[in-house]
Amino acid sequence: MLKKNVIEVKDLVKKFGDFVANDHLTFSVQKGEIFGFLGANGAGKTTAMKILCGLLTPTSGEVYVNGYNVYTQSELIKKNIGYMSQKFSLYDDLTTFENIQFFATIYGLSKKQIIEKTTILLEEFKLYDIKNHLVGDIPLGWKQKIAFLIATFHNPSVVFLDEPTGGVDPITRRQFWELIHRAAASGTTLFVTTHYMDEAEYCDRVSILSEGKLVALGTPDDLKNQYKAPSMDEVFYKIARNADV
Amino acid sequence: MKAFWGFVRKEIYHILRDRRTLIVILGIPIVEMLLFGFVLTNEIKKVNIAICDLSNDEITKQIIKKLEGSSYFRVTSYLTNIQNVEAIFKEGKVKEVVVFEPDFSRKLTKENHASIELISDASDANFSNLVVNYTSAIISAYTKELNNTLQGSYRIDPQIRMIYNPNLEGVYFFVPGIIGLILMLISALMTSVSIVREKETGTMEALLVSPLKPFHIIVGKVLPYVLLSLLNATAILLMSYFVFQLPVKGSLFLLMLECLLYILLALSIGILISSSTNSQLIAMMVSLVGLMLPTILLSGFIFPIENMPRILQWLCSILPPKYFIIIIKGIMIKGVGLQYIWFETLMLILFTLLFLGLAIKKFKVRLV
Repeated sequence: MLKKNVIEVKDLVKKFGDFVANDHLTFSVQKGEIFGFLGANGAGKTTAMKILCGLLTPTSGEVYVNGYNVYTQSELIKKNIGYMSQKFSLYDDLTTFENIQFFATIYGLSKKQIIEKTTILLEEFKLYDIKNHLVGDIPLGWKQKIAFLIATFHNPSVVFLDEPTGGVDPITRRQFWELIHRAAASGTTLFVTTHYMDEAEYCDRVSILSEGKLVALGTPDDLKNQYKAPSMDEVFYKIARNADV
Repeated sequence: MKAFWGFVRKEIYHILRDRRTLIVILGIPIVEMLLFGFVLTNEIKKVNIAICDLSNDEITKQIIKKLEGSSYFRVTSYLTNIQNVEAIFKEGKVKEVVVFEPDFSRKLTKENHASIELISDASDANFSNLVVNYTSAIISAYTKELNNTLQGSYRIDPQIRMIYNPNLEGVYFFVPGIIGLILMLISALMTSVSIVREKETGTMEALLVSPLKPFHIIVGKVLPYVLLSLLNATAILLMSYFVFQLPVKGSLFLLMLECLLYILLALSIGILISSSTNSQLIAMMVSLVGLMLPTILLSGFIFPIENMPRILQWLCSILPPKYFIIIIKGIMIKGVGLQYIWFETLMLILFTLLFLGLAIKKFKVRLV
């Protein structure tokens, strides 16, 4: 393989009691790739993502992130990943800058680095005007941009985005995906879960999860050809129908 | 370490930004002190009384001396005529008039029985009750003394009953209780709510995926509250000194150390509560009902443990506040050193280790 695999997953199983949330998942993600992780609610997307971030321990299987083993080296993994959860992990009673400062500090950045980089990024994200506003007073779409800025601030090699665009208007969603593409262009790997099928078209490769099993994996074009469907939306319906039978 | 201090700074922002909560935290000790201090007073001090001695003999003089010698009464006037009693009450100068019947000594020694009339201003019913009871207690003590020395069986009426709290240890008994209550509430309640809030808003996940160690998260969470609690303890001690004139008799340093130990205990209970629930509301209810009531009712704070049924006494012994209150009372009021309270201190240390162990075991690094 030419490109280095940032994420390697082999036969990953996660059970909660009798319930199998992840059923023998096997996939890998390459450096700089935008990897879409699709599936209906409860398909096991968030569980798999939490395992990759070191928040959950797998029941069995091999999982490597940046070459580190999730069972034994989760502390090393944590240093080089960014994570943006479904709920926006920002503090409402802190200002934009204080939120950035806090998270950057816990990732070990120096005060000088933080101030310089914040200025550059806030300009780039067009958020400079709200630098000293309390996050609680800011509209949702902007909060998401801030959360994304924070998740990528410490230059992680992989960023995990768990349904980053839930509840946001289409224009902000488009802008958000532009940010994602820009990050990928600079070499960051992006692992994105979503249930908006139009967003799947923006991904380099897409995997579809159904009831804990990986049922499809490939580029959006490959999948459309394979299922003879005009859009990812159709692909998803066909797969879902098969799963029901 | 830099990450840790960054975390502490964030916690301080949270506390300072939430002005209302901060005012409540800092205001509670002051309000509670004033409330308990002035409401729960069931001791009397330097009450003005009048004496109407119609006998004026050796024994009545001794009794009057006893009354004057106690810190409870101050004899401000002597009446020669029983008719003046009403007038002196109307002037409102005294709360009680003690009337000795004529021929008091002779009746007592010859008939073994003499009577004293205690007339009190019952417009303040509870207070007059207290005054009468204190007077009776002093007379009763005197009678006993007299019977012992003279080998007699004299009886002085009125029949004496002790109906006030016999274990009364002074008007300041509530200060140790308040310290115990406030420290437990602030430390346990505030930390549990503050940790659970991070879970509710989802920021806890962001912290757990970061390189920040769980140990740092917990210590960073509790550190600002340790400082707040110590501030509270200091405020209470200052108030008890300046408002209620209760100095700390023992070592102030030892007292603060014991407070710190108790704060750590309360914090570990707070962490334990927070790791057992995901809702701020539940954390608050558990802290309030589960900690406040036992601290008030089952610690000897207000109700003496010795008077409780056996089963409640056992319950008190497995709850930490009892030990803390014994310690604080010992240091503040009796002025004892560590050698007298080592057992209670040891118990607090054991409780702290127990709760901290449970809390760390329950605080999950990984969410499941």
